[in-house]
Amino acid sequence: MRFLPHTEADIDAMLAAVGCKDLAALFDDIPADCRPAQPLHLPPGLSEWALNRHMENLAAETATGPGYDIFLGAGSYDHYIPETVQQLLRRGELATAYTPYQPEVSQGTLQAIYEYQTLTARLLGMEAANASVYDGASALAEALLMAVRITKRRLVAISRAIHPHYRHVVATYLRPTGLDIIELPYGPDGRTDLNPLDDAREPAAVAVQSPNFFGCIEDLAAAAEAAHGDPATLLVAAFTEPLAFGLYPSPGALGADIVCGEGQSLGIARSFGGPGLGMFACRNAHLRAMPGRLVGKTVDADGRRGFVLTLATREQHIRRERATSNICTNQGLCATAAAMYMASLGGTGIRALARLNYDKAGYLQTALRNAGVALPFSAPVFNEFVMQLPPGSEAVYRRLLERRIVAGLPLAPFYPELADHYLLCVTETTDKAALDRLVAEVSS
Amino acid sequence: MNDKVRKPSAEPLLWEMGARGRLAFSLPERDVPEHPLDPALAGEGPDFPDLSEPEIVRHYTRLSQWNMAVDTTMYPLGSCTMKYNPKTNDRQAALPGIAGAHPLLPPPLSQGLLRLMFELEQFLAAITGLPAVTLQPAAGAQGELTGMLIFHAYHGDQGRRRTKILIPDTAHGTNPASATLCGFTAVAVPSGPDGILEPEAVARRMDADTAGIMVTNPNTLGLFESHIREVADIVHAKGGLVYADGANMNAVMGQVDMGAMGVDVLHLNLHKTFSTPHGGGGPGAGPVCVSAALAPYLPVPRVVLTADGFTWSDDFPRTIGRLHAFYGNFGILVRAYSYILSLGADLTRISPLAVLNANYIRAGLRNHYHLPYDRPCMHECVFSDKHQQAHKVTALDIAKRLIDFGFHPPTIYFPLVVPGALMIEPTETETKETLDRFIAAMQAIAAEAVEDPERLRQAPLHAHRRRLDEVQAARKPCLTG
Repeated sequence: MRFLPHTEADIDAMLAAVGCKDLAALFDDIPADCRPAQPLHLPPGLSEWALNRHMENLAAETATGPGYDIFLGAGSYDHYIPETVQQLLRRGELATAYTPYQPEVSQGTLQAIYEYQTLTARLLGMEAANASVYDGASALAEALLMAVRITKRRLVAISRAIHPHYRHVVATYLRPTGLDIIELPYGPDGRTDLNPLDDAREPAAVAVQSPNFFGCIEDLAAAAEAAHGDPATLLVAAFTEPLAFGLYPSPGALGADIVCGEGQSLGIARSFGGPGLGMFACRNAHLRAMPGRLVGKTVDADGRRGFVLTLATREQHIRRERATSNICTNQGLCATAAAMYMASLGGTGIRALARLNYDKAGYLQTALRNAGVALPFSAPVFNEFVMQLPPGSEAVYRRLLERRIVAGLPLAPFYPELADHYLLCVTETTDKAALDRLVAEVSS
Repeated sequence: MNDKVRKPSAEPLLWEMGARGRLAFSLPERDVPEHPLDPALAGEGPDFPDLSEPEIVRHYTRLSQWNMAVDTTMYPLGSCTMKYNPKTNDRQAALPGIAGAHPLLPPPLSQGLLRLMFELEQFLAAITGLPAVTLQPAAGAQGELTGMLIFHAYHGDQGRRRTKILIPDTAHGTNPASATLCGFTAVAVPSGPDGILEPEAVARRMDADTAGIMVTNPNTLGLFESHIREVADIVHAKGGLVYADGANMNAVMGQVDMGAMGVDVLHLNLHKTFSTPHGGGGPGAGPVCVSAALAPYLPVPRVVLTADGFTWSDDFPRTIGRLHAFYGNFGILVRAYSYILSLGADLTRISPLAVLNANYIRAGLRNHYHLPYDRPCMHECVFSDKHQQAHKVTALDIAKRLIDFGFHPPTIYFPLVVPGALMIEPTETETKETLDRFIAAMQAIAAEAVEDPERLRQAPLHAHRRRLDEVQAARKPCLTG
């Protein structure tokens, strides 16, 4: 086996040094009642090329790439990933290192994460960002728990236009805590209706997502004003599509206190939903309540600039049961990918790319509307929006699937009141011909 | 000019490079007209530096060279299982039909990926002896949280709220924080004089208000908890459940049956035992395996096999809910699946060789460093700096000096039950020659501690940075530039 270097002679010499008669004797401490009844049976190992063939066969059963037009977003987006990002990320020095506990031999990882924190804070309009959490959904759950810690309150208000899976994760994290959750409905324009907040008693946080699950740009300034009507209440701004902040103002600029979401859009493959990147940022006032690892700048014994993990007294390995979170391993390599991607775009590139996404979605909206397809929500969008087809649309959806077009995400399983509604996503990777084909198919 | 080795003093930060108007991205051609945008809604865009592609490539290539990694040297970080990460696994995860797959594809369009998850669950069930598996947790700590949520939901169904949980002092450091998230108060259980749990110590603390116990086996001293079956019986008799932290599974694959041991819930770290790259701190994956009785509590959605093929099901009314926006870190699952397929039956050779390597180091260093529990170990051995303290040399100094010999330091000051701990886990993928070099380096450092202790206190002398001022970093945090 090519990963296992031991020769028989090595094993014999090492057993002699250890004072064991054979390999089995190394496990003499394991009592009989802990042993397997039968030996573990696994098939023979595959050669490298046989594994390639097997995996290519599995991959071939998946709808991806040329030949398919897939208008799915909903928290996972098809953006072009530069070859540089993909190749640099594969460097073993970055990929096969671990958490940089020993800073003298981890400056590469540490500087890369410090740069990620900086670019993330700039993108989200916040003062500080952590080194990442698992994904957008757990980021939102952590943000709400953080708000509860800061305010010492027991209620959170969550928009129903937040990704349904994120709300499910929040409910799962919060269930054993006994915290109360109220849901804010969405209005006829597709944006969160903030009016029920008037009746909420002392919420720790108000959480909205922008662009929201329907693709609509929320009025974050209004949400901040509504939340801050009670000065202690924090506005948590979630997102699934951070590229939108290349075009629209950052959540921080509009008054959010904690900003969190999914960074997969920034140079990370969709990869059937993971690994992605939980991005998490806050204001300096709340820094010590923030979950997750942080990299900070310092100097070495010769006064040279260097980077270390810092503020670890918030973390599980020091503070144990009083930690701000139990997270340790995060999504470090994905954070590095996102930094590479943000740096590759630059300020000039992200504006241009965001605008192109917006324009493509706008083109499709206009074309669908001209073809008589209803677009029920009037709020402005970025690269996703909802279309409404006539009753019985399932047959149309299936017919398109047969033609290798996935015409968005059916919303009825998530919102029973939205039968025949589909969430469509268009990015820079979708060409005009595909958009025109979709319009022709759904309106025929 | 001085011809001695000249190291760059610093790699510039991204925003110290570049010039406005550069671009390292291939923007697609515009094939649609501009769509009207309300200027009142538009933002300014982020303040990012503009760079060219060559600048990006050199920057990250140079940064990478400032890291130690498994690909460059032995990385004996105890508890982290820094084994070699086979390159073929990265190739499989990058296949277009895998990396490019949208998670919400209708199941008929993603059969191969669902099959992969279904088969990986079956492999992990066979390897652990626990029949039901979720692949959703994104890391070990989220696996622990999943386990604690299952404890919470199970006891809720029994109609009794339990408020405490037993955690031995040799368990992993994350366990108390995970239990606290579910409202359990951690009750410490001290290990016995031989470093393992004594059943009486558990019996004294286990009661009807206690949800169960979180055990790490082998524990963080690298010792097998040989009374685990008796401990499990004590906990079960009081209606509790047994959680096993499987971070140390690399010691016992094929050697134990977790179900037979009395374990109800176990998490695995795919980035440890199943060789997925650690990525400088993730992404990992923390699948959770449970007994048949606890299977109804696993997170949704779950992959199920029907007459029409594989599909997703949410139809598990007792589920704890959902831990991830989609199905977990799928790309990591692909790598672990490839690893298992590559090894096949050879998987059972891993643990004997990992344990052999650890004991070989133990034997090579036991006359040079204090060994608080002097008995055969499993996959890692724990020394302390006790002998070196006489010369005012600490575990930290020893660790930093090891860098000068070309090795990554071991885990230090953990587990907490050993003051000045040096926790060494070589893994099975290191050759005897590398272990010999490592042992020689550690022996040389032990000698230096006597002859030239100041050299150790100044170490590392041959890294890109000397010791960094962590106090300043924490006192005046500078987290962004």
